[in-house]
Amino acid sequence: MAETIPAGSTTDGVIQVGQPTDARVSAPASYDVADFPVPHGREEDWRFTPLERLRGLHDGTAVADGGVKVEVTAPEGVTVETVGRDDARLGRAGKPVDRVAAQAYSSFEKASVVSVPKETVLTEPVRISVRGEGGTAFGHQVVEVGAFAEAVVVIDHTGDATLAANVEYLIGDGAKLTVVSVQDWDDTAVHAGQHTALVGRDATFKSVVVTFGGDLVRLHPRVVYGAPGGEAELYGVYFTDNGQHQEHRLFIDHDTPHCRSNVAYKGALQGKEAHAVWIGDVLIRAAAEGTDTYELNRNLVLTDGARVDSVPNLEIETGEIVGAGHASATGRFEDEQLFYLMARGIPADEARRLVVRGFFAELVQQIGIPDLEERLIAKIEAELEASVG
Amino acid sequence: MATLEIHDLHVSVDAEGGPREILRGVDLTVKQGETHAIMGPNGSGKSTLAYSLAGHPKYTVTGGTVTLDGEDVLAMSVDERARAGVFLAMQYPVEVPGVSVSNFLRTSATAIRGEAPKLRTWVKEVKEAMERLQIDPSFAERNVNEGFSGGEKKRHEILQLELLKPAIAILDETDSGLDVDALRVVSEGVNRVRESGQVGTLLITHYTRILRYIKPDHVHVFAAGRIAESGGPELADKLEEEGYEAYVKGGASE
Repeated sequence: MAETIPAGSTTDGVIQVGQPTDARVSAPASYDVADFPVPHGREEDWRFTPLERLRGLHDGTAVADGGVKVEVTAPEGVTVETVGRDDARLGRAGKPVDRVAAQAYSSFEKASVVSVPKETVLTEPVRISVRGEGGTAFGHQVVEVGAFAEAVVVIDHTGDATLAANVEYLIGDGAKLTVVSVQDWDDTAVHAGQHTALVGRDATFKSVVVTFGGDLVRLHPRVVYGAPGGEAELYGVYFTDNGQHQEHRLFIDHDTPHCRSNVAYKGALQGKEAHAVWIGDVLIRAAAEGTDTYELNRNLVLTDGARVDSVPNLEIETGEIVGAGHASATGRFEDEQLFYLMARGIPADEARRLVVRGFFAELVQQIGIPDLEERLIAKIEAELEASVG
Repeated sequence: MATLEIHDLHVSVDAEGGPREILRGVDLTVKQGETHAIMGPNGSGKSTLAYSLAGHPKYTVTGGTVTLDGEDVLAMSVDERARAGVFLAMQYPVEVPGVSVSNFLRTSATAIRGEAPKLRTWVKEVKEAMERLQIDPSFAERNVNEGFSGGEKKRHEILQLELLKPAIAILDETDSGLDVDALRVVSEGVNRVRESGQVGTLLITHYTRILRYIKPDHVHVFAAGRIAESGGPELADKLEEEGYEAYVKGGASE
């Protein structure tokens, strides 16, 4: 019953329906890298990505040599374990959906499992530091939150690495998990991976993805619902500089009745060859009656030479829903805006700051972790300084 | 006493086939406390004069001088001109998404005054100024000019005029697109600023209608990129009756 309206790079509408989601991936999801052909770049799910900059993560030539240090700091009551490949808790949130994620799943040697016991309410965040030391690595992280537990987890990526790593979030019934994943890499790093959340009955998942660094970052934030009543909020902030490729490919699979999802990603771009890609796929399956979903992507282009590809896709297989919509727009910080602000006495660099801070403000406020918000604002300012200077 | 002196100002814009001269030798002196109306037909260059004085990058000054109390305005950047006391109320104010009116006004006032206004008095100052211009308090939280009606944009411009208290206020067709009620509210705002005696006003308009509310001391007719005739308020009455025809025929814009 779904009609097909092509969704373009700058659309703004209530309901638009893209190409069927299944038709746009080059192979079915699988744990095994051998099930995926090596992408050549013309596939729908690879066409925006500069494969030559993936350093072999996509074609089997990347060889792990360590070089990424993972440290978990957790408050009391949280269990932190390093487990082998055969641990039963791995792989439950969902299968890898592209070759690089499958490569990560097929190649990691040890996984990290962070467990918050049921009904445990943490007052301090769990902090997972992923520090690149120049090498190539494959990783796997599981964050498991028991029924009615509440937790905040910050995953902080810094340094230089070539990393393919997946993260699973398992959110128990009635539990609340907020995850902030910060990609504050050096500008030489390559990072690809899939972050999949399995949301339990009446559970709440909030994800904040912050991408500043890296030569190439390509992430798949994904949500599936295990039972009715689940709620997912996915926020993203990215600042794509000169020469950087930052790609966020979201998928929300509404296969369960009475679940909600809300997506808001905002990015600023500056400099030549800065390239941001945002794919927002939402699928409302026939069984998912009572679904309420909205997704938004906004981009602010600060200088000439930057490129944005923003593609929202909404596929709806039932009319018995509360709401479904999306909006995508890419705007330019224009000379006229700069003139207007300067004509009120505001110097050019401050005018630019004012606009960019305003653009990101409401999303930054969603994080709810003061030291992280401050760091983010400082980072935005620093990125702007680089552009102005 | 602040004085804006424009002497033999020539300005051109880039057009297909090379630069095109729009202002062809403008001479004008505006002193603090005076109100000058600049009237002229479409295309005569009167908006170009306004934007050139504010420093819009689209316009290139090819000759002449502009000074404010002897300081070379043309050597200043756009923000420096504003801080020196030149204010342009724009005909088409620009939308600035993501920046709230309250944040914008405070940032601007801080830049113009050289220090951040004290929060408590500032909030009161803005609130009262908004009330006088019949601007709904919810405007403070809206993004600058985003989704504003034509009348709301103009009232927002005059709100800035009242708060920033410039030495020279250039009002570029502030009356255009306003109904009678909005015109009255906006004119009262301009008059409050004029009554301070601290501002020299350059009122650019196509119509004589606004001059019923804002009484000029001097009226200049602008045609073909320069001032074709100057006089007192009686010149506006003549234009009201006869229109611009006499000026257009004698060497109009291309």
